[in-house]
Amino acid sequence: MNDVKTQKRVSKTGSSDGFEEVLVDVKNLKMYFPVTEGVFIPKVVAHVKAVDDVSFQIFRGETLGVVGESGCGKTTTGRCILQLEKPTAGEIIYNGSDITQFNSKQMIDVRKKIQVIFQDPYSSLNPRMKVGDILSEPMKVHNIIPSEADRQTRVRYLLNVCGLASAFADRYPHEMSGGQRQRVGIARALAMEPELIICDEAVSALDVSIQAQVINLLEDLRDEFDLTYLFISHDLSVVRHICHRVAVMYLGHVVELADGDELFENPMHPYTQLLLNAVPIPDPEIEKSRAHEIIKGEIPSPINPPPGCVFHPRCPSAIDVCKSEFPPLRELKPGHWVACSQV
Amino acid sequence: MALLEIDNLQTQFFTSAGIVKAVDGVSYTVEQGETVAVVGESGSGKSVTAMSIMRLIPWPPGKIVGGSVNFDGKDLLALTDDEMRSIRGRDIGMIFQEPMTSLNPVLTIGLQLTEPMIAHLQMSEKDAMAKATKLLDLVGISEPERRLSQYPHHLSGGMRQRVVIAMALACDPKLIIADEPTTALDVTIQAQILELMKNLTRDLGVAMIIITHNLGVVARYADRVNVMYAGRIIESGTATEIYHKPRHPYTLALLKSIPRMDRQRTEKLDPVDGQPPDLTKLDQGCSFRPRCRFSTDACSKSFPVLEEVGPGHTSACFEKENLAKEIKEVVG
Repeated sequence: MNDVKTQKRVSKTGSSDGFEEVLVDVKNLKMYFPVTEGVFIPKVVAHVKAVDDVSFQIFRGETLGVVGESGCGKTTTGRCILQLEKPTAGEIIYNGSDITQFNSKQMIDVRKKIQVIFQDPYSSLNPRMKVGDILSEPMKVHNIIPSEADRQTRVRYLLNVCGLASAFADRYPHEMSGGQRQRVGIARALAMEPELIICDEAVSALDVSIQAQVINLLEDLRDEFDLTYLFISHDLSVVRHICHRVAVMYLGHVVELADGDELFENPMHPYTQLLLNAVPIPDPEIEKSRAHEIIKGEIPSPINPPPGCVFHPRCPSAIDVCKSEFPPLRELKPGHWVACSQV
Repeated sequence: MALLEIDNLQTQFFTSAGIVKAVDGVSYTVEQGETVAVVGESGSGKSVTAMSIMRLIPWPPGKIVGGSVNFDGKDLLALTDDEMRSIRGRDIGMIFQEPMTSLNPVLTIGLQLTEPMIAHLQMSEKDAMAKATKLLDLVGISEPERRLSQYPHHLSGGMRQRVVIAMALACDPKLIIADEPTTALDVTIQAQILELMKNLTRDLGVAMIIITHNLGVVARYADRVNVMYAGRIIESGTATEIYHKPRHPYTLALLKSIPRMDRQRTEKLDPVDGQPPDLTKLDQGCSFRPRCRFSTDACSKSFPVLEEVGPGHTSACFEKENLAKEIKEVVG
């Protein structure tokens, strides 16, 4: 419906070249999960509209943040790009071709280039495999490095790159701390020399001091290996720190999309404004002077989303038109897209 | 006199790997009606301290081996089990992190909410139900009468946490211990719940201990802050003092390692190197020493005691003067 056009921006990490090359182009992505009733002859009675007509682009070299609360569809969007879910509708253009149309054979090459880091470092590693085997298995399966000895060299290299000693290759996941395990998860994603890594709440389960170490590692790796991240998170402070551009999702829709600083300093959508307001800032003096405007109510069910703008039941500035028409994403400033008719 | 006075509390876990000194000489006080925060990372002993106050440490392997907990003129550690039971849920309410697991899934909300009132206040079922309706209304749950006959799985996470808060308030406690009350919740629901807790504790004059790892939550809601590391309080003071004039290297490192939403990204985060220590292998020295930029020989010889660095502000560090100088230099 609304293609977000290619936009230039200046890298915040120091280099001044903008990101221009589109790596992934998500067009009108829809992911509806059927809700069934009946045991023997299941009947589809409704759909959970987890992702409902989402379009955005990921530029090579950038970190695009996707933020939102539980159930807003951010993880499902990531899983669709990974082709772990078959989207109901829409296109995901990667390297010029629509990967939603690929068969499993064609996907093999794509899977090498798009990797994922999961939230929970406890459950995303096989407890019965040594770290070395966890890291070398994908290289063996994809036959990237045929020789066992070369693979072991690369395993050690990957561990070192991620800040772990080579000796960790002989350990099991339960012998490591949460932060170390997450580093293994990152090393595993790097093993395939990917172009795009989907970080799904990659630092959310870690303690503050360890979280900072892993954030720094992700940033170093991005610069060293020219990686692109789709950074899915509910933690707005982390997103502000690491992302170049940020998309805010609510109930399956992208409601606002802008450069990081622009979004955090000049949020336009009422939901984004209230969301940012809800995040406490670690400074008592600032907190005393902030107006604590609390968002009312809870997220409605994605099975039966409200008509019109999905945010209207909780929106302080909703008017009649919001109840009947969903506002499309409009570019109100260069690179700043908002889906609200009242802005 | 303070409502709660914890003095030199020591709780240890006797495991096959050795003795874990989860709480190693913790002392702090909570005044009537005030909100005190305990912050720290996993394994720093903040939850175990709270469980020790409530005497909920399972034996084996855990045991309170020393210290005293004075609550409202009584030493909780000297009470019999029956006496203690009459305090839990009556004078001290508790809110846990996981609203899914702290409610019984097979009992109705009404039954769970009225149980403490019937047990502690000897209320009739009818009176208790009437009060339960009022409580649900107080914590912002719509249609309270209907909710009383529902089960926890009918409610969302935020709603369940509101029920847990209502339960904690049911017997008009003097103190509420909230252990990571909003960690499992979304940020907008977190704001709703914390605002609710703040208003209720203020209006009802209830004191609160809030245990959290979220420094933003502390900044917004706490009067005083205790920072814990490896089973000890290493710094204590008002929220403003702790955030603007930290006098312990760990507090400083924590503040520097968190990304902030209100700041443009200018430089990299400055994380604390290394890992938190293994609590079975602590020596007589300062437990933060291996990760500390300021450490000297003295730090390995004995653990620094909490010393006053300003009015109501204490720090357990030999190098607090150097630290203060450096912070001044950085700030300008």
